[in-house]
Amino acid sequence: MERDDIIEYSLDAHHSEEAGRKIRRNIWMVTLLLAVVTTVEVVLGAYWKQWFPESWEMVKLTYIVLTLVKAGFIVAVFMHLGDERRNIRAIILLPYALFILYLLFIAVWESNYVHWAWTTFL
Amino acid sequence: MAGEATKTMSNDVLWGGGRSPFSISYGKMMMWFFLVSDALTFSGLLVAYGFVRHSTTEAWPIGEEVFRALPFLHGSYPLIYVALMTAILIFSSVTMVLAVEAGHRMDKKGVIKWMFLTVIGGLFFVGSQAWEWSHFIHGGGGYVTTAEGAKYWVHNDAHDTHDPAHAAGFHLEPAIEGHYMADEADRVRVSPEESLKIWNERVTYVDGANMERNEYGPPQYANFFFFITGFHGFHVFSGVVINLIVLIMAIQGVFHRRGHYEMIEKAGLYWHFVDLVWVFVFTFFYLL
Repeated sequence: MERDDIIEYSLDAHHSEEAGRKIRRNIWMVTLLLAVVTTVEVVLGAYWKQWFPESWEMVKLTYIVLTLVKAGFIVAVFMHLGDERRNIRAIILLPYALFILYLLFIAVWESNYVHWAWTTFL
Repeated sequence: MAGEATKTMSNDVLWGGGRSPFSISYGKMMMWFFLVSDALTFSGLLVAYGFVRHSTTEAWPIGEEVFRALPFLHGSYPLIYVALMTAILIFSSVTMVLAVEAGHRMDKKGVIKWMFLTVIGGLFFVGSQAWEWSHFIHGGGGYVTTAEGAKYWVHNDAHDTHDPAHAAGFHLEPAIEGHYMADEADRVRVSPEESLKIWNERVTYVDGANMERNEYGPPQYANFFFFITGFHGFHVFSGVVINLIVLIMAIQGVFHRRGHYEMIEKAGLYWHFVDLVWVFVFTFFYLL
């Protein structure tokens, strides 16, 4: 049942053997990066804390940054969002970012208050 | 990727109707919208976890102290098992993206090979999670508290938690405030006679983990562990089922006759999302 009024966008994603080799090399580079970042995180968590306990707050911040780096590569390369049009990227990422930044703000603010209330009045 | 999405087009043409302004198929767009809503759910869970952890006045368990066991091995391996699970999931994500790439070249054999490896990786991850749950629920022996408010870890050679006082090697070890059981080298043993005396006069005995209480810390800790990793594990399980169905369809040549392997891409989006969520669970539940 062929319909000529529907554009088949998936065909545009097809590529040649030559282009495939380049894409695969890119995939393995990202894999290496994800593996290295995860290893660094585990070493930081398992050993750094015993050696330099006073720098733990910095490590926590590093974790969040490294996690965002990993997430960025997964979304951009593995999920191919980096190859899509800018409008679909914005429609996916912006509303999500808006909700979550607000949720984070309100959760940090309120949990600070709840903690203060419990330590003060209990 | 080349094609439609990289072409510059005037807005009049893009939004003029008769075509997708995103140069993306309906199915792929709906998968993305579903993933955004699912991401909001997971974010809500992790933010709730952060809220409880930040507002609590009790000592919160430390990830590398609670999760440091490996199957078949004794000793302390902080976070190694979770790191192994992360590696399994990342590699099954890689095989998935390679299946998508093979699909773009209409390479049926390649798609089948990489999809098969993705399914295997997913099954290994679900299996690992089952072991981790079992280990978490059984715990390391539990603790007793006394009328004076002192806390002691319970140990015996047989890991018996039903009647620990009568198992061989029964002894207690004083707990360090805010920490899970100490490493073998730092342990202080209470003499057997003294241990039995404290055991007989105990106020509470908490062992392992359930929805009401657990030996690791506040009840919410185990509740969040069960809910967040359970919800994620269910996503992995359904991802394996989806991948398996897509694999069978690929073997039957359904996509080859269709002329494109976009179904692999859509299943892949879901599978990468599962990996993406785990990256965040790994950081916020286990590392921080």
